[in-house]
Amino acid sequence: MINNISAKLLEAKNEPLWYFNKNSLIIIGVIVLSLLLFPFASPSKFAIHLMMMIFMHAVMAQSWNVLAGFSGQISLGHAIFYGIGAYATAYFYVKLHITPWIGILIGIGISGFVAMLIGIPILRLKGHYFAIATLLIGISFQVVFQRWPEVGSSSGLWIPINRDSPWTSMQFHKSKVAYYYISLIFFIGTFFLVWLLNRSKLGYRLRAIRDQSDAASSLGIHVSKYKIIAFVISAMIMAPMGSIYAQYVLIVDPNNAFNVDISILVLLISVMGGVGNIWGPIIGAVILIPISEFSRIYFGGTGHSIDLIVYGVLIIIICIFRPAGIVSLIPRSFREREKAK
Amino acid sequence: MSILLKVENLSRSFGGIHANSDISFDVKEGEILGVIGPNGAGKSTLFDLITGFTKSDRGQVILRDKNITNIRPDLICRMGVGRTFQKLKPFADQTLLENVIVGALVNEKNLKVARDKALEIIDFVDLIEKRHHYAKELSTGQRKRLELARALATDPKLLLMDEVTGGVDQRTIPGLVELVLKLKKNGITVVTIEHNMKIIMDISDRILALNQGKRIAFDIPKNISQNSQVIDAYLGTVDAA
Ligand SMILES: Nc1ncnc2c1ncn2[C@@H]1O[C@H](COP(=O)(O)OP(=O)(O)O)[C@@H](O)[C@H]1O
Ligand SMILES: [Mg+2]
Repeated sequence: MINNISAKLLEAKNEPLWYFNKNSLIIIGVIVLSLLLFPFASPSKFAIHLMMMIFMHAVMAQSWNVLAGFSGQISLGHAIFYGIGAYATAYFYVKLHITPWIGILIGIGISGFVAMLIGIPILRLKGHYFAIATLLIGISFQVVFQRWPEVGSSSGLWIPINRDSPWTSMQFHKSKVAYYYISLIFFIGTFFLVWLLNRSKLGYRLRAIRDQSDAASSLGIHVSKYKIIAFVISAMIMAPMGSIYAQYVLIVDPNNAFNVDISILVLLISVMGGVGNIWGPIIGAVILIPISEFSRIYFGGTGHSIDLIVYGVLIIIICIFRPAGIVSLIPRSFREREKAK
Repeated sequence: MSILLKVENLSRSFGGIHANSDISFDVKEGEILGVIGPNGAGKSTLFDLITGFTKSDRGQVILRDKNITNIRPDLICRMGVGRTFQKLKPFADQTLLENVIVGALVNEKNLKVARDKALEIIDFVDLIEKRHHYAKELSTGQRKRLELARALATDPKLLLMDEVTGGVDQRTIPGLVELVLKLKKNGITVVTIEHNMKIIMDISDRILALNQGKRIAFDIPKNISQNSQVIDAYLGTVDAA
């Protein structure tokens, strides 16, 4: 319909679809390389454990962030999918001797399916009603698993120790390094996936829904369908973290697997780092997880409540001074979107 | 000219308020239909009913020969009806280009192709230099163009515009009016809600006048300006104001 091709238009069309900031690519490359080499620097067991927790929580926060940042829904029940992931690998290994590697995939599948079932009715709810619904559904999952004999009721499932075939049983008793690499792979994989999502048609549609759902539907986007898609993707990212943790501690019980603390923690990490920004969850996890792990060491059993107090204070500070999260402290040119000239 | 849209007895109440009662009119292919009426007359409600944002209590909306009454907004968009909003609804934290790409993705499978199409339309609405600006950084007039561009990117046959010149700097009005005429020249049928009587008389082929949810006139501009009911309900109050 438009014929008069101006010089400005031609120039605009010649711009690349995406800008890659060379500096940030180099920084990312260096970080990934050092993470891959980290275990060779003979770190302590605790350092390995700490890094692993950072990776896993960054992935979980990213899962939460996909839902909140892309479609604008605040979930308070993300532990549901962590729990499903944990139970899936444990259950299928204990009862049917299916290797946890397949169990992870089963957990991802079930989580996605459950997210769809939950999402269809509750994604119609706006704002805090959605948040409350997820909180209550999360608690009901815990209650159901506490009373479900097939999955061991409140004592949960104990994964039989297998020292003969570490790779098929996904149990590594001599060193934590294997767990480190497994969680690192999920960490890198998840961020790459979300990076792609950001730049996909789906990403455009989800951001449109998040910013202005009426406008989105006036532009041909089936809002409830895409909200469900975002919820399903989010759930599928969450599940494997439950699986990995189950294989790490070899016990799955309803109190830990469907713990509200997990749902809250992934929210706090994202809010602290920056909601709706791909780097937010990493930054949040890098700051919050060490606090929680160190406070557990210094304050023993009560460490858990101390770290929550510290989180609370930090979140209040962030909300007052940097509502867009710590990521907003980084100059824009290093963040993902770069404007032309 | 063939009839593109036919509205029959469309009605909708909110509580006790009859926002639209038994509104009937048609839109011919290629024309500009102006919609006028005092505040609260039911003009925006009429758009919401046609585009599926509000369910009707009674009546029908027929696009060509398809009954589109009460179907979902996204489906109505895909059938070729675009709209803008009186209360602007830009994707504020996204750039102008990103806003328009969302519209272009309705018919384009490939992101690069959608981007190029979005750029052409941004050029069409004369904002090419602002393409990388965030929507929240744009002026009201520019945001009106953004909404227009976004709707245009979905390839509408029919475009509903709710107060394009409302609330903008007076100096930007002629440009916006020119843009509406340019749409017509490009074969897009336009229904436009407009408060400025001079503009509406100048650009419209026909005018639909509403008052208190009822149709009080539906005619060519010359006859509208002489219609006693319109003068009572609308022109009178404008002059008095
Ligand atoms: N969602 C709604 N809920 C209740 N009343 C509404 C709603 N939308 C419109 N109305 C009422 O319907 C009447 C017509 O409104 P509207 O269509 O916005 O008028 P106009 O666009 O002509 O100024 C007004 O009295 C308005 O208050
Ligand atoms: Mg209105």
